[in-house]
Amino acid sequence: MQNHPVYTDNDPQSELSTLNLGPTHPATHGVFQNVLQLDGERIVSGVSTIGYIHRAFEKIAEHRPFYQITPLTDRLNYCSSPINNMGWHMTVEKLLGIQTPKRVDYLRVIIMELARISDHIICNGVLGVDTGAFTGFLYMMEHREAIYEIYEEICGSRLTTNIGRIGGFERNFNAIAFRKLRAFLKNFPVTLREFESLFNRNRIFVDRTKDVAAVSAETALSYSWTGPLLRAAGVDYDVRAMNPYSSYEDFDFEVPVGTNGDVYSRFLVRNEEMWQSMRIIEQALVKLEKEPTDIFHADVPEFYLPPKEEVYNNMEALIYHFKIVMGEIPTPNTEVYHSVEGANGELGFYLVNDGGRSPYRLHFRRPSFINYQMYAPMSRGMLLSDAIINMSSLNVIAGELDA
Amino acid sequence: MAQIPNEELLKRLGEKFDQQVTVVGEPYGLLTVEISREQIIDVLTFLKTDAALRFIFLTDITGIHYPEQEKQIGVIYHLHSLTTNTRIRIKVFLSDADVHIPTATVLWDGANWMERETYDFFGVIFDGHPDLRRVLNVDDMTAFPMRKEFPLEDPNRVDKKDYFFGR
Repeated sequence: MQNHPVYTDNDPQSELSTLNLGPTHPATHGVFQNVLQLDGERIVSGVSTIGYIHRAFEKIAEHRPFYQITPLTDRLNYCSSPINNMGWHMTVEKLLGIQTPKRVDYLRVIIMELARISDHIICNGVLGVDTGAFTGFLYMMEHREAIYEIYEEICGSRLTTNIGRIGGFERNFNAIAFRKLRAFLKNFPVTLREFESLFNRNRIFVDRTKDVAAVSAETALSYSWTGPLLRAAGVDYDVRAMNPYSSYEDFDFEVPVGTNGDVYSRFLVRNEEMWQSMRIIEQALVKLEKEPTDIFHADVPEFYLPPKEEVYNNMEALIYHFKIVMGEIPTPNTEVYHSVEGANGELGFYLVNDGGRSPYRLHFRRPSFINYQMYAPMSRGMLLSDAIINMSSLNVIAGELDA
Repeated sequence: MAQIPNEELLKRLGEKFDQQVTVVGEPYGLLTVEISREQIIDVLTFLKTDAALRFIFLTDITGIHYPEQEKQIGVIYHLHSLTTNTRIRIKVFLSDADVHIPTATVLWDGANWMERETYDFFGVIFDGHPDLRRVLNVDDMTAFPMRKEFPLEDPNRVDKKDYFFGR
């Protein structure tokens, strides 16, 4: 395949060129730096430098009460922040032994699956852009906007959502939220089908992505890959199915699995996951009809921040509000690991508590950080243009990478 | 395959490494054991390769700092057996004067950055690691910021002095 000699770093006649890909290169979709040694267009070696937007969340979390850590989790994977928020709430609930009502679980499932769809929309849309097809991206982005509008109805914000509270939600879903949700479920499949017909059998797209950056199941497991990347390599590990949380065991869905872990497989797995997410949301809406409509949080006044109007008008609410804010309620002196299936893989929270108002130690198992470490080794011998596509399909989010 | 009960798991570990495995507890059903650093690679290898256990998936490596303990620095491993859906947590404690521990990169490639992160934030030196550099912080940083004595805010910063605010 190569007619010219490949030079190595030690070769005195080396004619390798060094390319700084990033930290702010438009093709990298985030703050990633890779110093690549290139032989023509082929990558000989590469070194990843990360940490450009490291914000010391684990340190900050040690100084904050539990309910104030939610906004930190927003800023991990900001393409699907509700999953991070819910994951954090469920970790604290597991620590405190709070049982959430079924309706809360189903509402959470809806929000988490919407977040998964919005994350996959970006990843697959951008993959299309990087292979030269802008159309699909624009078609899909319209529906991410629809998802953000649903978030707005529920929590008031769009990107860094801070959605929900420990024990449930801060307010009930309103009628507009459900109306927008139903409209989304009606409109999005049309676009997704169109998107798939645009790409799945497109000659150019398939040639650009098939067998590019293929990863075997053994390698993926050795690198602790999770999420769509691991599933594309053929391992059916999905936290939702294996360790169900938030009543995922009540839902009927399939875990799509790829064959050879290349960029094309990852694309197909993500598309199929969007279909499965929609199936889950539809089931959740049916299940919600059987639940009482006024329950949106667990009955745990010691940990659930009361609404402001009650704080001002109700003595008990005021006392609980004071105790929660001042951290005067004892918490168990133990440790807990809880993981959820984030859009990029297993998002874990390892929380060590000493009974105080803030964690003694909080560690985020961030899938992007762990998935990205294979990027430089696997780029060796790859064409530069393939490495760009590989990076888009890894879907590394800078906020989650650097925490 | 069904989940391995913690008693069974502990029995297997006890048979192989008697006296050396200390049970810390089972918080929320997750078996937590403490072992010495001399044993860590043997235990990880046993857990990974044993035909019945098969903890082939390394979920996470992280650190923790207890300044009041004699062995201040802890390294915590989370392993996951995907075939039996069992998890285990392993802790190793190291004294501050000698924060060396053998690397787990011999077993999992993914341990590379997890150990770099632990080194970066806690100063744990993983012997035999192929590329033990800081990963998230700048290379010329001298402190290990997740240790408890490291302040959250820089005490030397001058933009928050009272005289700027007329106080």
